[in-house]
Amino acid sequence: MAILELANVSKHFGAIQAVNDVSFSLEAGEVVGLMGDNGAGKSTLVKMIAGNFSPSEGTMRMDGQPLNMHRPVDARRHGIEIVHQDLALCNNLTAAANVFLGREVHRWFGPLRVLDYSRMYKRSAEIFAELKSETRPRDLIKSMSGGQRQAVAIARTRLSDAKVVLMDEPTAAISVRQVAEVLNLIRRLRDQGVTVVLISHRMPDVFDVADRVIVLRRGRMVADRRIAESSPEEVTGLITGAIERV
Amino acid sequence: MTITLDQTIAQKTHTPLALLLRSQVFWVFVAIVAACIFLSFATDSFATSKNIFNITRNVTFTAIIALGMTMVIIIGGIDLSVGSVLCLSSMMLAITMHAGYGLEIGITVAIVTSLAVGAFNGVLIAYLGFPPFVVTLGMLSIARSLAMVASNNTVVFEFGPDHARLLDLGGGAWLFGIANPVLYMIALAIIVGFILRWTKFGRHLYAIGGNESAAILTGVPVRLIKVAVYMISALSAGIAGIIQTGWLGAVTTNIGTGMELQVIAAAVIGGASLVGGVGTAIGALIGAALIEIIRNSLGLLGINAFWQGAFIGGCIIIAVAFERVRQLRSSE
Repeated sequence: MAILELANVSKHFGAIQAVNDVSFSLEAGEVVGLMGDNGAGKSTLVKMIAGNFSPSEGTMRMDGQPLNMHRPVDARRHGIEIVHQDLALCNNLTAAANVFLGREVHRWFGPLRVLDYSRMYKRSAEIFAELKSETRPRDLIKSMSGGQRQAVAIARTRLSDAKVVLMDEPTAAISVRQVAEVLNLIRRLRDQGVTVVLISHRMPDVFDVADRVIVLRRGRMVADRRIAESSPEEVTGLITGAIERV
Repeated sequence: MTITLDQTIAQKTHTPLALLLRSQVFWVFVAIVAACIFLSFATDSFATSKNIFNITRNVTFTAIIALGMTMVIIIGGIDLSVGSVLCLSSMMLAITMHAGYGLEIGITVAIVTSLAVGAFNGVLIAYLGFPPFVVTLGMLSIARSLAMVASNNTVVFEFGPDHARLLDLGGGAWLFGIANPVLYMIALAIIVGFILRWTKFGRHLYAIGGNESAAILTGVPVRLIKVAVYMISALSAGIAGIIQTGWLGAVTTNIGTGMELQVIAAAVIGGASLVGGVGTAIGALIGAALIEIIRNSLGLLGINAFWQGAFIGGCIIIAVAFERVRQLRSSE
């Protein structure tokens, strides 16, 4: 059963065709690498799924229902979460405060509605434990490693039980040891039945963790291959255009 | 041995004592206590109930506005118009009451005027993307000018039928001989402290100051919050204006001149960082208290009043140096 389906999706900005007739479907619990050179249309495609833009043509369906999105919060309501490249974390707040940012939990204190610190700490600790991350809910983001920060950003997506998580270049700016940590976080998400779209430039990461790879070139989808049936050389060829299409 | 979930939750990076020793508010408080002890021995007049009454009351005007300013600084903004808004609010109150209206109507007019000024600042900053420094610098000029226009630059000292009630509001001492302004300050500080620590609104202020784009991406209504914060800042100046009118018993168009700098100084000495994301209500009070004690003690010690600026300025720079040292340490 497909969870997210794109059918003949296009997006143009004036005369520029950023995404051209892209169709694919994602299954529950699979990790799909989305690859392509700069300007291939990855960001535009992701921004459509994230609700930043609506497609010029074509339809997107989630669980068989058409996606109607006008703002990024609409995507969240449909069960789609985005982990932004810069992670969108506040350095001056704790891990728990960041996980719950914009979705704070309240309790009643007499007639006053106040933040429920203990529930937010507890729930974030549970999520970090599920993700097997050593991140502690009370620690400030500014004192954390790159891998721990990723865990906080990913923990946000667990809060709403998202079905599809888009991760934008999660391994672009972190050390080798932390890359392994992040790839493990992606596997944890997958094990819980979440579909992960991994937008990445790094071939080894995609081949390490993804089940499938989708390649875009100049706005068109040129490949949708199972990782087991492909090779880094083939994907590189597809990205650069040395291989026209498979 | 396995670590349980509860242990993980309870784990903090620092012990409470370490946190206290790292907090700027604590050290400023220590400085205040030390200064008070020194002054009670060095002068005969410091530790008298009359002087304490004076100090506590003088602190309040700066402190009340510093509460609003701290919220502005937390979101990474600045409000230079507060001194002029205080003047405009006082003048609107004075003119309305002078024209024969009651205290309630006068206060309403003053507060509505302040909120309108704050809303104007906020909309320009949040929705039109103007830099806060420039917008509020413009408002500093506009608000005082409006006060002059409204009063024809005269002194108002007769407040109509509710004259006595207004003077009692600002000059009385309704509870245990504590000056009324101090009571208002404490009440407002509790409200602001509560908002910052226990509400979603307060949490979002720190988020905006920490990383504005992250706040936007996570669905925090950043623009609305910014408008609200500039309105709160103007409101705090308006409230201080009302109380000060009652205390002084007269309004001139030069009250609150230069006050914005003193208020920003109080907030910064109290630990608010102009970069945004840091600041507390208690810090605003403590910062204001330190400034007032410096002013008061220079007078009592017989030091030339011209030195005041040098001492207060020195404190600001020391406070920022404190912050800088901590940053360097944590980046190591």
